[in-house]
Amino acid sequence: MAAINRDDVAHLARLAHIEMSAEELDRMAGELAVIVESVKSVSEAAGEDVPATSHPIPLTNVFREDVVGHTFTAEQSLTGAPDAYEGRFKVPAILDED
Amino acid sequence: MTDATLSFEEAMEKYDPVLGFEVHVELNTKTKMFSSAPNVFGDEPNTNVNEVDLGMPGVLPVVNRTAIESSIKIGLALNCTIAENCRFARKNYFYPDTPKNFQTSQYDEPIAYDGYLDVELSDGTVFRVEIERAHMEEDAGKLTHMGGATGRIQGADYSLVDYNRSGVPLVEIVTKPIQGAGSRAPELAKAYVAAVREIVKNLGVSDARMERGNVRCDANVSLRPHGRERFGIRSETKNVNSLRAVEHAVRYEIQRHAAVLDSGEPVIQETRHWHEDTRTTTSGRAKSDADDYRYFPEPDLVPIVASRAWVEELRATLPEPPAARRKRLQSDWGYSDLEFRDVVNAGVMDEIEETIAAGATPTVARKWWMGEIVGRAKNADVDPGQLGVAPATIVELNKMVEDGKINNKMATEVLDGVLAGEGTPAEIVQKRGLAVVSDDGPLLEAIDAALAAQPDVADKIRGGKVQAIGAIVGGVMKATRGQADAGRVRELILEKLGVQV
Repeated sequence: MAAINRDDVAHLARLAHIEMSAEELDRMAGELAVIVESVKSVSEAAGEDVPATSHPIPLTNVFREDVVGHTFTAEQSLTGAPDAYEGRFKVPAILDED
Repeated sequence: MTDATLSFEEAMEKYDPVLGFEVHVELNTKTKMFSSAPNVFGDEPNTNVNEVDLGMPGVLPVVNRTAIESSIKIGLALNCTIAENCRFARKNYFYPDTPKNFQTSQYDEPIAYDGYLDVELSDGTVFRVEIERAHMEEDAGKLTHMGGATGRIQGADYSLVDYNRSGVPLVEIVTKPIQGAGSRAPELAKAYVAAVREIVKNLGVSDARMERGNVRCDANVSLRPHGRERFGIRSETKNVNSLRAVEHAVRYEIQRHAAVLDSGEPVIQETRHWHEDTRTTTSGRAKSDADDYRYFPEPDLVPIVASRAWVEELRATLPEPPAARRKRLQSDWGYSDLEFRDVVNAGVMDEIEETIAAGATPTVARKWWMGEIVGRAKNADVDPGQLGVAPATIVELNKMVEDGKINNKMATEVLDGVLAGEGTPAEIVQKRGLAVVSDDGPLLEAIDAALAAQPDVADKIRGGKVQAIGAIVGGVMKATRGQADAGRVRELILEKLGVQV
């Protein structure tokens, strides 16, 4: 992976909806670059014969049978909702996306 | 703003369409993909949810085994390779239809890939559509945009969210670019989605009701000048959710793209929204940052390993594919290609099969469904199967005709009675006093009268012009109000005139 630069951080901040000052962007670009470099050393240690993995334990096929379990009532679902209307979550209109 | 379009014919003269489809199929499992909340349509908002569907902190999803099996079955029915190993991934985006800020999906490791589906067009032409992949994911919640003038997202004041649909298992089927359909592209689009719907319905893995969103289609369209290898820039029309709309949307987009290209402008790669009322699309959003989904392997779910033994076990449970079934039925029934295609296009194949199972011959079953019921259904603007004609009714009606109790004309009258809810065929025959006049006495009287009324015709028949007999038979049928057996009338006339045939 190429080194992380300031533009990458600005892009990620925008995607993650995080507001960052120019100063923060500069600092974060430096810090993230160090982190990426450190992680990179792992791939140097693992040879061709070590497959990429997303889990530390070799566990597969953890399934649940298709049997109905518990549910919430609408009141329970909406506990903690900042706003609600007729059993539904009420959210601000979001434009430019669908 | 209305976009310019070219006529479809002109667009076809100048350009070659390339299509691509993403079809989302909702599985009909009892529970959701990653939670044990019920997968049920139409309940009170936010009652078919639990902590997993609402994305509460610290919850763990667990995969529904049946959903995996249904997905593998879909992959097999689409002639795909089933992955030995696959994983779920997080697709990250901010939008209130998911409370987690990501959708659990599959990214670089779909459960099924490299398949095909042979799609039959209405004239019997078979077109092979290559399948790129079929991957598993979860459905999102349902947003209702409130306020504003249009009810659409533009101008809405706020949105209401129901998460009942959140987490419903989905299989997304993605085609490879479909080339070479030419002017039949709109028809192929409709036939392809219909074929996918038929397959998942036949597998029993989805209710496959498009009006409920069980099967949803995104249609990609691009054009290129004839003879050019490289694809043009595509548009993606989202959520085209009826078969008719798929055909219309592809046709419209072809015409719109052609006008853009003709004007010398490049087509913009963007999402389009389909509007059923005007049969047009409007611009959604251009591809942007929002499409940078930062997929990564879902850390809360372990990989899926589909052993070959498990896959073969599932393959053994697959029902006969719809296309093979059609072939078998046509050969069993002895219908010509044209006859069979008419039956399929009229949507009465299942009904005819049931009628034959109830005891009718293939010829009789076809005669009733195609000759009588399809037309009545069309007039009533419903599917033939929805008229409520039981297979046993047809068998009973036909037996009455064969036994000479009623004639064909009366039988259609009885059918109308059945449809009007007047009772069984036997009851209607009795109530309406319908019966073939088989006593020769009244017939002979009517024949005498008819012959006397048309002496010139009688002479012609005597002179050997037997085909003129229709006029006399018609007179007798009229006089007996259609209750005579036309065959018997004919015999009696010839006997009376002393003509041997």
